[in-house]
Amino acid sequence: MIFTNFRRITRTGFVNFWRNGFLSFAAIVVLTLSLLALGSIIFAGAFGKALISDVKDKVDINVYFALTAPESDILSVQRDLNRLPEVASTTYLSREQVLNNFKLKWQDNTLIMQGLEEIGNNPFPATINVKAKDPGQYGSIAEYLQDKNPGMSDGTPIIEKVNYEQNKLVIDRLSKIIPAIESAGMIIAIIMIIVAMIVVFNTIRLIVYTSKDEISVMKLVGASNIYVRGPLIVSGVMYGIVSGAVTLVIMAAFSYWSDAVILRFAGISVAADFELVVNVLSKYFMQNFGQIFIIIMGTGIVLGGISSYIAARRYLRV
Amino acid sequence: MIYYDKVTKIYPDKSVGLDGVSFGVEPKEFVTIVGHSGAGKTTLMKMLIAEDWPTEGAVYLESTNIHKLNKRQMSKVRRRIGTVFQDYRLLQNKTVYENIAFAMEATGRTDSEIAADVPHVLELVNLGHKIWNFPKELSGGERQRVAIARAIVTQPDIVIADEPTGNLDPTNTYEIIRILQKINELGATVLLTTHNKGVVDTIGGRVITMEKGKVVRDDKAGKYIL
Repeated sequence: MIFTNFRRITRTGFVNFWRNGFLSFAAIVVLTLSLLALGSIIFAGAFGKALISDVKDKVDINVYFALTAPESDILSVQRDLNRLPEVASTTYLSREQVLNNFKLKWQDNTLIMQGLEEIGNNPFPATINVKAKDPGQYGSIAEYLQDKNPGMSDGTPIIEKVNYEQNKLVIDRLSKIIPAIESAGMIIAIIMIIVAMIVVFNTIRLIVYTSKDEISVMKLVGASNIYVRGPLIVSGVMYGIVSGAVTLVIMAAFSYWSDAVILRFAGISVAADFELVVNVLSKYFMQNFGQIFIIIMGTGIVLGGISSYIAARRYLRV
Repeated sequence: MIYYDKVTKIYPDKSVGLDGVSFGVEPKEFVTIVGHSGAGKTTLMKMLIAEDWPTEGAVYLESTNIHKLNKRQMSKVRRRIGTVFQDYRLLQNKTVYENIAFAMEATGRTDSEIAADVPHVLELVNLGHKIWNFPKELSGGERQRVAIARAIVTQPDIVIADEPTGNLDPTNTYEIIRILQKINELGATVLLTTHNKGVVDTIGGRVITMEKGKVVRDDKAGKYIL
């Protein structure tokens, strides 16, 4: 009997979903918009993270050593740097490597290649490139290098130049902006979701309200609460499923479209530079599809079902 | 079986719906209640299914006070009572078949019982050809017959019919009365309200006359006297 009841309730909910026609359509539109708000928050989060990590990557400190600095001393400075907790990684480029990289980069530019030949010997210093775990920590790393500048055998300091100062402006700004953006984003997200939930709830409540008389008749004829509420909840869940599906399709389309737009907007060279950012949405969507599916569908079903349940309770007091 | 014990209903604007109404109905009785519009006939019916509640007094069904029951118990009681509402109260989103089937589903009947009984009862009220129509596609008289069919399909112990023949032509009217009498013969207690003189005289059973919320006559073999 329980199974029969369940079957009847589901079938009635399904039939009502179709027969309510325009009302169902309105509920689905509202629910889809809410889920799209949730979806765009997910996308914004993914995009923001990619952008921030890309920029963090770009920001670094280059330490230029005196031309006569012995390699063993340079490597010992690198070891000391690696021991610092703020340092994420260091890359050592010997003078020869810097020269080769330069030649490779500019091999098509005859003017520059000629100039290099005229100089004769290798003008480039050995370099250590330092990346910190957090842009805000470059300051302390630079200070450390300033203090601990070991001397060479002839007394001159081994480190010729630290080009932190040029990047400092960018680094400083970033350290301030990024946390601010993250908090603002969170607050906006929460407000949007609350507003969306209220709109969905009221839309479904309106739909149930239009069935108020029918609900009272059903009760007067002796139907139990489950028989009256059940189909409404089933319809609510169906709104959630349909809206969830539509939202996922829109999100998929958007993620692929956004790749093309970003590429065109930023230009090829910038895109190559910021490689992480270009494919980020479609890659993110594909890789995390399972999670996104559960979040969007789950939210849709829960919103639709619970709104129906609460709305139905109000009108069941016959 | 049913007992109205000094039932009084006074509305918030101080108007009187019922005034100290007391009477009893034995099982398997057929009671007709007559009166002018506003006499309190519908209010009386509403009390029995707890759609309204008395300001004073009580309504008893087999020595249980109806208004002291909780919601679940009241649902169970309502399943034993087939109600024909004066304004039909059909479910607009359901077809004729589904409206009647709903009453059976609410009382827990199986699908095979429903498939057998619903067409049968629709034939009884001459609506076999309108099974798949929606209420808005029916005439007033047809809607009334659907309401009657819904009330009797579950073969309830008690049938209360509030003006069940108001919109019917004479032929249909007498057919409906015959059906109600048949149900009564099969063991149901029937309470009928009407202000159709012909109906009252045809039935010839117990007649309770109401006026301004009071019972003014209670005749065992009553005639229409207003």
